[in-house]
Amino acid sequence: MPVVFLKTRRQRQIGLFIFAGILLVLPWVLGAGFESGKSWIRAVDFALLYIMLALGLNIVVGFAGLLDLGYIAFYAVGAYCYAIFNSPQLQAVMPLWLQHPPFLIMVVLCALVACVFGILLGTPTLKLRGDYLAIVTLGFGEIVRIFMNNLDRPINITNGPQGINNIDPVHLAGYNFGKPIYWMGLKFEMVHTYYYLILAFCCLIIFVTQRLQYSRIGRAWVAIREDEIAANAMGINTRNVKLLAFAMGASFGGVSGALFASFQGFVSPESFVLMESIMVLCMVVLGGMGNIPGVILGAILVSIVPEILRDVINPLQEGLFGRRIVDPENLRMLLFGLAMIIIMLLRPEGLWPSRRRRAELHPTEAIAEQEKSDMQDAERVHG
Amino acid sequence: MSTPLLQVKDLKVAYGGIQAVKGIDLQINQGELVALIGANGAGKTTTLKTLVGMIKPVGGEILYDGQPTARLPSYAYVKHGLAMVPEGRGIFSRLTVEENLQMGAYTRDDKADIAIDMERVYQLFPRLKERQKQLAGTLSGGEQQMVAMGRAIMSRPRLLLLDEPSMGLAPIIVQKIFEIIRMIAAEGVTMLLVEQNARLALQTANRGYVMESGKITLADTATNLLANESIQHAYLGE
Repeated sequence: MPVVFLKTRRQRQIGLFIFAGILLVLPWVLGAGFESGKSWIRAVDFALLYIMLALGLNIVVGFAGLLDLGYIAFYAVGAYCYAIFNSPQLQAVMPLWLQHPPFLIMVVLCALVACVFGILLGTPTLKLRGDYLAIVTLGFGEIVRIFMNNLDRPINITNGPQGINNIDPVHLAGYNFGKPIYWMGLKFEMVHTYYYLILAFCCLIIFVTQRLQYSRIGRAWVAIREDEIAANAMGINTRNVKLLAFAMGASFGGVSGALFASFQGFVSPESFVLMESIMVLCMVVLGGMGNIPGVILGAILVSIVPEILRDVINPLQEGLFGRRIVDPENLRMLLFGLAMIIIMLLRPEGLWPSRRRRAELHPTEAIAEQEKSDMQDAERVHG
Repeated sequence: MSTPLLQVKDLKVAYGGIQAVKGIDLQINQGELVALIGANGAGKTTTLKTLVGMIKPVGGEILYDGQPTARLPSYAYVKHGLAMVPEGRGIFSRLTVEENLQMGAYTRDDKADIAIDMERVYQLFPRLKERQKQLAGTLSGGEQQMVAMGRAIMSRPRLLLLDEPSMGLAPIIVQKIFEIIRMIAAEGVTMLLVEQNARLALQTANRGYVMESGKITLADTATNLLANESIQHAYLGE
């Protein structure tokens, strides 16, 4: 993560070390510092899940420039995939050896299944761009949700609108993450253990996207996004590289879905509505499309700030007016929408944009630079 | 004589109902620098685009290295050593200079050789070395042309197609670009050069073709074309 004020390599290492330390003790600080500590840790857990989702969507939207409004479908696919294998839902019909597979196998499976769905969405939409692609992906997201809502007949696979219950928590290295674990005199409750588990996956995904961004594939994505014909002329198989973007993005969604299902212990179609897709897209756009630290920042802000508001608004209203005037849930969305409008007006490239994105949205700066270069050319000629 | 590197037989290209290229024959031998000159709208760029598979012809045949190219998907041409520097340069303005050059080597996986070629490009264009971390869109027109050419070189082409390399550039920069074209040719890269600046093109090339409204009207050595009276009259402004 390029941080401006950390100049030398050593400073950056120390910075990273401190940052890692903060992340390690964060749940304990939250747990000790607040009355409702557990719900705060829970909010942070979800923020981490959203970071994973936002980074996955960032591959599709930020890197490859393919606007996807149905991204939450892959989250849903991952979650249901985990749920079906790890709950009593299909116990009666599923062969015994398929039930309750080890967690790591399950994560890979969820990623693969989501990946297949990504290719399923990508293949028919290869020729589409912009608005048209957005509409098709939006439809895809809804189709997946509606299927989950209705696949309780003729064979009950998803249990319809009631959703799937009693999903196993993660069992890893002999520990049951659903029960408190005692270690070195500390009591790790479920929110704690999942915090560390999700954090680990989150770091993994950050690492992978970071590597992808500056890889050959990452450059190919940006090239396609800029000029598909020129990219093709460079020898890029644009069809496959686009499909890869869909598949990669989808698999990230699938992994987060699996974690979500095991953490919640319950999945239902309600968790995967269009609004969720829009939220994840907001995180990417608000933070800074195509820039990994920006997207992480966006995900944290969009998922945590509403939680903070929820805790602040009620006491504030009671303090000011002596009673509740507006329902905090409504006010939260109102303020959130207002914030989005203001940011998009003042900083359309997002809070922490990539250099590329900045050049895109501030073409005058780039043109000014180009004119400067032209002038220098002229000076060299005459001088 | 060995088979020509590129042989075009009775090539016809049409946009909808309008024929832009009406049956042309072309031949480029190994190591040659061939110029294709002609007025605006004569079909030069269309011909080039067809040669690299960006447009599918409606008739005729293209043999590259003795093999027909009709079945090759358009992204596979580079891998076979056929590279084009498109008109208007077609660089990726939001990638850095260095990343643009790396894009040129997209189909190659010989890392060590790519690094060598990168150094070579920086030697040819020292200005690009100075600006390697800069976004390509912020470069001057001449520098962008250098990026486009450097990027094509990075693919280690056997046949390099250049479309209007002088377009929109100051005369002194044009001289510089043509100097580089001669240097690349001297290294043994076969080239087809499409130019409106007929004099400069013919001074640089070995042979030339003259194209007029979709047909090749003249084909000769560059020296002969430069001496040809009707060419002098129509294209050289004498």
